[in-house]
Amino acid sequence: MSQGTNYILGVYEDEDVLMRAITTVRESGVKIEEVYSPFPVHGIDDVLGYKRSWLSLAAFLFGITGTCLALTMMVGMMGVDWPMIIGGKDYIPIPSFIPVTFEMTVLLASFGMVGTFFVTSNLKPWGKPRIYDIRITDDKHVMAIDLDGNDKAESEIKSLLEGSGASEVNSKKFD
Amino acid sequence: MVTEERFEFTVTAKKQLVITLLVGVVLSVLGYFTLGSGSHGHGHDHSSDHSEVVEGDQGSEPYGAESAETDHGDHHGHHGSSPSVKRLLSNLWINNVFFAGLAIIGVFFFAIQYAAQAGWSAGIKRIPLAFGNWLPIAFVLMLVVFMVGGHDIFHWTHSDLYAEEGGDKIVQGKAPYFFWPLEGGEFPLFWIGRLVIFFTVWFLLFRKLRSLAFSEDIEGGTVQWYKLRSTSAIFLVFFAVSSSMAAWDWVMSIDVHWFSTMFGWYSFASWWVAGLALTLFIVLLLKDKGYLSIVNANHIHDLGKFVFAFSVFWTYVWFSQFLLIYYAHIPEETVYFLERWKDDHYAPVFYINLIINFFFPFLVLMTRDAKRHSRILKVVCPAVVFGHWLDFYLMVSPGTVGHNGGFGFLEIGLILIYLSAFLFVALNALSKAPLFAKNHPMLNESLHHHI
Repeated sequence: MSQGTNYILGVYEDEDVLMRAITTVRESGVKIEEVYSPFPVHGIDDVLGYKRSWLSLAAFLFGITGTCLALTMMVGMMGVDWPMIIGGKDYIPIPSFIPVTFEMTVLLASFGMVGTFFVTSNLKPWGKPRIYDIRITDDKHVMAIDLDGNDKAESEIKSLLEGSGASEVNSKKFD
Repeated sequence: MVTEERFEFTVTAKKQLVITLLVGVVLSVLGYFTLGSGSHGHGHDHSSDHSEVVEGDQGSEPYGAESAETDHGDHHGHHGSSPSVKRLLSNLWINNVFFAGLAIIGVFFFAIQYAAQAGWSAGIKRIPLAFGNWLPIAFVLMLVVFMVGGHDIFHWTHSDLYAEEGGDKIVQGKAPYFFWPLEGGEFPLFWIGRLVIFFTVWFLLFRKLRSLAFSEDIEGGTVQWYKLRSTSAIFLVFFAVSSSMAAWDWVMSIDVHWFSTMFGWYSFASWWVAGLALTLFIVLLLKDKGYLSIVNANHIHDLGKFVFAFSVFWTYVWFSQFLLIYYAHIPEETVYFLERWKDDHYAPVFYINLIINFFFPFLVLMTRDAKRHSRILKVVCPAVVFGHWLDFYLMVSPGTVGHNGGFGFLEIGLILIYLSAFLFVALNALSKAPLFAKNHPMLNESLHHHI
């Protein structure tokens, strides 16, 4: 994530206005860093031109790690290190290992995905999450534009946001 | 707004289906007559004398008849018809069960959309509903095949099992389930009665749902929608019980000494995912022909997710049945998998079944793109439908034909016959009414569906 310091925030009341505003702002060549909304807005990823998240790939990789780990562990313990016959089965009864393998796959996939999400969205324990506007958890949509990442002047962007239907346009500085 | 669309069942399409059916007939006749003289060496030698005891001829005997029996030995060897007749009947039964399942699953899908108040599916609901038109045909075929070949498919139909002396104690214990209120070994009134009741209620509720759906289309408003919802709820309650019992009756009772408490769910899961895959496949083909303009990648994605998710569900149920039997290691239970897994004849089918119904759809449909693109789905859906036919093949064949079973022209031919007839009936019904209800109260929700 880019970490600019000077932001312009457009506050929107309605998601339809927001969607149209995103299109207007992007068409005029201004880069939007992020849009925050209190609920999921359908189709917003397409309008923002976001690429597909890599989170699902991370989940798959964590999951497959869990599969391998569980199988290695059980085959190593039950088949190699201390072979035992249980219930008249082979030393390495793969069907008996499936439930544990499944659980390990799910466990690692879900923990890994949550962890990845926390790290990438700056919610990690040592991270300091930025709060652009406290009302994004309540009833306002906020479009964050990084001033350093754009060539346009501050006043030009501000008037663009006002013209696109923003109820407020604020500036915000981070350390 | 939305313009009405009607599916035109063209002469070309009809011709193609009829040709497929004829190819199926030729293949099955060819397959049937090459059986007796071919490598399946047991030939017709038992056909003349039913009570003949053939020692050391286990290869020709279905397991269900012998290996799980505790109380009696070879003197009950019901050789019945010749192996090729048995194989024909067994295959007819597999197709009867499989396609009857697809037909009722179509109605089930339709009903569940109303009961769940789902809006996304407004554009595609009539395709699975059209499957229901196969029900009366499935009923007649099932009854006829049972009357003609019941003895060759179901071991429990043989009356000498119920004799006081030298009978089979295990089967006797299950006699009321087949023969009540009559005595064991007489006419299987209870079994046939269930068959009749299931099909009658299914068909009547299907008719009710269909006529309500059509009048909803004409009248608009929500009155019919609420009626559809309550009828759907009644259907679902009945289906929950009847689908399980049908699976016990039609499939599990073939291996009459064996039972599994997972079986109803297992068969249902197999029918359900096959029905979903067939629905999705037909939706894709219709879209290719230019129909279903209101169905977009989001609806396809949802159906794709269904096929993916219920492939996993099938595997879960399959494995739940397998693992308990594998782990508990009780002889009268393990015999089921001994015949299928630890048996050279059926082991390949056992593994193919798992690969085609789990690993293939699971790995291929895992990504989002795969579920949205028709090119991949058009490979996965037919494979899954066939895979679940194979699943039923594996449930039925070891108990009916044992080592005389196989997969050849006869099997392919019969699949083609049933499939083309099924599609003919379904598509014909589909062409009788608009493809989707233009006055469906949730059509707008479906149009704006986005995932």
